Amino acid sequence: MPVKVIIPTPLRQFAGKHESVSLEAGTVGDALTALTSQFSDLKKHLYSDDGRLRSFVNVYVNDEDIRYLQREKTAVQQGDTISIVPSIAGGAKA
Amino acid sequence: MATRLTQLTPAAAAEPALSKQEVLRYSRHLIMPEVGMDGQLKLKKSRVLMVGCGGLGAPLGLYLAAAGVGRLGIVDFDTVDFTNLQRQVTFGTSDVGRKKLEAARERLANLNPEIQIDAFETRLTSENALDILRDYDIVVDGTDNFPTRYLVNDACVLLGKPNVYGSIFRFEGQASIFGHPGGPCYRCLYPEPPPPGLVPSCAEGGVLGVLPGIIGCIQAMETIKLIIGKGDSLVGRLLLFDAMGMRFRELKLRKNPECPVCGEHPTVTKLIDYAEFCGIRGEEAPTQIAAAIPEITPKQLKQRFDRGDDIYILDVREPHEYQICNLNGHLIPLGELPKRVSELDSSREIVAHCRSGKRSGEAVEFLLKAGFRKISNLKGGILAWSDEVDPSVPKY
Repeated sequence: MPVKVIIPTPLRQFAGKHESVSLEAGTVGDALTALTSQFSDLKKHLYSDDGRLRSFVNVYVNDEDIRYLQREKTAVQQGDTISIVPSIAGGAKA
Repeated sequence: MATRLTQLTPAAAAEPALSKQEVLRYSRHLIMPEVGMDGQLKLKKSRVLMVGCGGLGAPLGLYLAAAGVGRLGIVDFDTVDFTNLQRQVTFGTSDVGRKKLEAARERLANLNPEIQIDAFETRLTSENALDILRDYDIVVDGTDNFPTRYLVNDACVLLGKPNVYGSIFRFEGQASIFGHPGGPCYRCLYPEPPPPGLVPSCAEGGVLGVLPGIIGCIQAMETIKLIIGKGDSLVGRLLLFDAMGMRFRELKLRKNPECPVCGEHPTVTKLIDYAEFCGIRGEEAPTQIAAAIPEITPKQLKQRFDRGDDIYILDVREPHEYQICNLNGHLIPLGELPKRVSELDSSREIVAHCRSGKRSGEAVEFLLKAGFRKISNLKGGILAWSDEVDPSVPKY
């Protein structure tokens, strides 16, 4: 199933500057694996060393947070949009 | 004849009224049934605290003052900088060098002398936050760093006050309302901050000046709607704005029952050390790395040039920065260095530079690991070159 994955601005530099990428996937986990296989630099920004999604990055299927669905096992269908939403604060140097 | 009130004392706050001048000032509110006298009086009685008077705070303060929020508190310890004027429209060129609070107070009082403006020239900390926030009904977060955002969030949840949130990055923005009783808080959305250095700041990443204008206005709008009790608020909704595509999207925000601050069994019951929480420990970490990297100061480099030494300048900035100013260096943006390292001759002496010395420090670290020996970092970058050697080089 082709699904659209929206790449947020802070991460576009690690994803070939794409705003969104279309990927074949049956679950959110599959989509993120396909994404990080295509763009290996993205991996460390999305996943910590122990393979878990970083907690300052949220993933949504359409408008629902996957933490309240089945997390990475959440099924996706054609036409679904996966959004990656990292925390941003603007302004001062971190 | 309505009594005119300039000070909101506890007794008077119970029964404010509008003077003839105020009725005329707010007439465009009053003639709308959604606001009317009721709504305007609610605005007059309301007490809103703005944390931060910068990019987001500028339009926010202006519109809250214009709308007649009776008591507006502002927390900001910063000074107006020349580079702020690209987006912080409360200030003018003549305000550069002044304290933001002073300049903001003047501007807002001129816009609307009817309101009370409380100025807090201080950094918001775990020691003072609860005291400062206590007297206000609504807090609007216009801050520019993660530790303060978590501090504001936690303080609002502990005090039971809604936190009208907005944030921006380059040309994307987010807005929501956290800490509304029954609704999610910031930690429900982001339990942990990103490690320092992972998410660039405005100074590093840039920002379209008008973007915080739009998000700040959205924050003002949500604050006003909360006060007058009308419309659908952003509680439980994360509004995402993409300026380039000119698209708004919305995601559902749920209250996390296990949230450490606002959940059913909170573990955070008082304010913590937020700098530690966000992993920032003063300047220790960066200088440890810097100490290991060979450096050359701009003056030293100039001396080498004047002597006729053969130095290869490696510029690791982006092409658009090279166009602003450059030292005639060979441009390989930092992100491309691993792929293009073969363009460099390790037998030559190489000095790497960027804007301020940070990216080039990373480049030198990388090249040292790749086996380069005659490599050093230009301390302070092209900014320092402009300051110490050649003032004709523009700073940015």
